[in-house]
Amino acid sequence: MVTQVTSFSRNGLSDFIVQRATAYILAAYTVFLVGYLLIQGEMVYADWQMLFSHTWMQIFTMLALVSTCAHAWIGMWTIGTDYIREHYFGQSANGYRLIYQVICILTLASYLFWGVKILWGN
Amino acid sequence: MKNDHRPINVNPSDLMAFAWPLAALASITHRIAGVILFVGIAFGLYALDLSLSSAAGFDVLKGLMNSPFGMFVTWGLLSALAYHFVAGIKHLLLDMEMADTIEGSKFAARVTFLVSAVLIFLAGIWVIQG
Repeated sequence: MVTQVTSFSRNGLSDFIVQRATAYILAAYTVFLVGYLLIQGEMVYADWQMLFSHTWMQIFTMLALVSTCAHAWIGMWTIGTDYIREHYFGQSANGYRLIYQVICILTLASYLFWGVKILWGN
Repeated sequence: MKNDHRPINVNPSDLMAFAWPLAALASITHRIAGVILFVGIAFGLYALDLSLSSAAGFDVLKGLMNSPFGMFVTWGLLSALAYHFVAGIKHLLLDMEMADTIEGSKFAARVTFLVSAVLIFLAGIWVIQG
């Protein structure tokens, strides 16, 4: 295989498939949660707390959160490489892009750990 | 023969020179909605954290989401989610080689804007009714 430097995983096909697979998971989670809230009507704490105490819901939520991180990383990475370039930002573009990517990774990692704490730490 | 006048980079000042077909508008809006959601996840996690912390926390969140600012943020994020969702479905259909002709892409972009506009309107009603 030809070594690629044009995508994060060094493989555009892998990025493509990860972006699609995570999209399906996120779509399913979105439809489920919005549907649940609509059917439930006036939400009370006991029902809400009960929903998130089920193991399957905790797994579904973590799957959605991990998917969010992978999906958002591929999206934000693409945006960074599209716009933070030497043509627009001069000689320091590579440095700016590195800082941007580190901020994206730290943000997404924080989201992930925050989610773990919410589901199992309280 | 080498063409030295091929555009390699697009400057922000050039953006208005483009015709901006509907499919291009649908695409850049998808990207913008994605960035809004990247930031918006923080609000979602904050809300989830507060709602599951205790019955008191749950009520605090309800109060926040019923304030004008809370309603605006909730509606804004639901709108970004609705658009990103619909435009994402369009992407998945494109993968299946649907709507990938010029006419098809125009139609798909129109449907994307129309369906998401309806969803954003409904999200507004949902948020206002609490």
